[in-house]
Amino acid sequence: MDLLLSLALQILYGIANLALISLGLAIVFGMMRVINLAHGEFLMLGGYTVVVATNNGVNLWFAMLVLAPLVVGLIGLIVERCLIQWLYGRMIDTLLATWGLSLLFIGIITSIFGASTSTVISPPLGTVTIGEYTSSGYELFLIFVVIVLLALVYLTLKFTSLGLVARATMQNSDMSACLGISTSKIYMVTFSLGAAVSGLAGGLLVPITGVLPNIGVIYIAKAFITVISGGSAILAGTTSASVLLGGVNGIMSYITGPTFGEVALLFAAIILLRLMPTGITGRFFRKSQ
Amino acid sequence: MRLYGTFNGTLVIAGLAVLFTLIAPSIFQFFTIITLTQVIGLSILALSLALVWGFGGILCFGQSAFFGIGAYAYSVAAVNIGGSTGSIFIAILAAAVFAAILGYFVFYGKVSDVYLAVITLTVSLILYSLMRRTSGPEYKIGNALLGGFNGTGSAPLNIPGDGSAMLFPMQTFYVSMAILVIAYVFTGWLVTTKFGRVCVSIRENEVRTELLGYDTRLYKLCLFSISAGIAGLGGVLFCVGVTRVTPDVFSLGQSALAIIWVIVGGRMTLIGPILATFVLYFLTSSLGSQQILNANLVLGIILVVFVLLVPNGVVPTIMNWFERRRTKRYERQKERRMKLRKHRAIG
Repeated sequence: MDLLLSLALQILYGIANLALISLGLAIVFGMMRVINLAHGEFLMLGGYTVVVATNNGVNLWFAMLVLAPLVVGLIGLIVERCLIQWLYGRMIDTLLATWGLSLLFIGIITSIFGASTSTVISPPLGTVTIGEYTSSGYELFLIFVVIVLLALVYLTLKFTSLGLVARATMQNSDMSACLGISTSKIYMVTFSLGAAVSGLAGGLLVPITGVLPNIGVIYIAKAFITVISGGSAILAGTTSASVLLGGVNGIMSYITGPTFGEVALLFAAIILLRLMPTGITGRFFRKSQ
Repeated sequence: MRLYGTFNGTLVIAGLAVLFTLIAPSIFQFFTIITLTQVIGLSILALSLALVWGFGGILCFGQSAFFGIGAYAYSVAAVNIGGSTGSIFIAILAAAVFAAILGYFVFYGKVSDVYLAVITLTVSLILYSLMRRTSGPEYKIGNALLGGFNGTGSAPLNIPGDGSAMLFPMQTFYVSMAILVIAYVFTGWLVTTKFGRVCVSIRENEVRTELLGYDTRLYKLCLFSISAGIAGLGGVLFCVGVTRVTPDVFSLGQSALAIIWVIVGGRMTLIGPILATFVLYFLTSSLGSQQILNANLVLGIILVVFVLLVPNGVVPTIMNWFERRRTKRYERQKERRMKLRKHRAIG
């Protein structure tokens, strides 16, 4: 019983982790049809923000929950204005340009901080004991944060005027422009928000993974496969794909060890895409956000 | 004579390459010759990507996955068989078969091109994290240890049929150059065949090609598989040049480099990416040795600038410039002749 509970918690954490690293990407992709290959580097920048801030004496919680999203959101704003806004509608060029951007960020951060791991921050909140097994309290906290984040995105999209305008732009940008909405401004805000969520995720993951200039690589494959398997609906897509792929990964990792967990995740995703080329939300829950 | 885009042009360039091979030992140092073998492997990777992307319109971001599979398959097979000739074919076959299986899922699932780019990239990255974890004696194929992070050693090429007669570095260079020329002429020939033309028409308009009665899924699958085989061949030469293969062949940086070479050289040509590989390789390795600018930083800037400003690549841009100048001159001559004629008529 204790084993089952602890295993369930581990799988739940795997799912939350997937959702956390893909949400920023899903927002940008779902709203703007822009595939941001620099997504991993946004996470990395969030991580470095936290490391630099805590080294300068800032409270860890403040650095993770406020500074990281703020800084990366601002970087996202600059990137959108300088680069992405010239490439709307040219999906492949956007892909290539953001890839260049990702190399650029890795290069800049390596030049500043060096290629090795910066100061390690140990996870706060201690451990939680379930019978004879223990689990990290911080992982429980991350599960909670992901639920709050998903709820916030849902509420913003559904009940605020910004959400309404954003959804309208997503459905038909020409028509929204005719109705007097500045779609360029909406895209700018969406991209910055997506970057901010990525920054938050990167900051929150620092105590678990540490941070390296090329740590984005670890996240990016999983984030992309989750978003693409999920399809275009931001919330339903991310959630359903995270649950499915995170579940497969968790169970396979438990049975065979971590080496084949990720391979199983990939296989599940490729078979899923063979059956549903437009992702889960292309087939089911079509009316969801 | 119009050189670019015709099979005659391909033969002329292949002739130039043979000339280069013959004079290379007298102008380069011995060390550069050894490095050149690696670069030849990488340029074959660029060639394969130019084929699948420039001529088939299939944006494969994970071309280095096939390159790496070729390299690993060669290294493992060479240990188990004890000779390089059969291992090379095993490597090509392994890469092509892997691509065929992956291609079946993506092309027959009608995955759109941008998704395809991301899926291929993801496959490459998953292979990267998988191979990094294979350290330890339990991960081996036959007698070959996979070696995890440090990778596994790659046997040098040997004379066919005699596993103990290793080739010297200079001979390896000649063989690699010959393989590059053969691969180049083969792809140049392939794009002029009926198969190649159907692939180009799929790139231009897939729906229309399908309506004309071609099974575009099958054509794309075949092209994908062929180009993966060529990439695997490139992987063989690369790991022979380096003498070992590490999981880094699957890394994001390796995939990015292949894309950059093709973009800079010009994706609608076959020679452009090959030349770009040679030029950019020596550029980045000289940057790597001077430590002021980070190599990633420079590559990032090159990629962004080329996407925004020179999206067609260097070779087509230069060719178009020459073509435009020629037509302009021709028109000017025609105008002058017309004027002269008018003048005479009046006079």
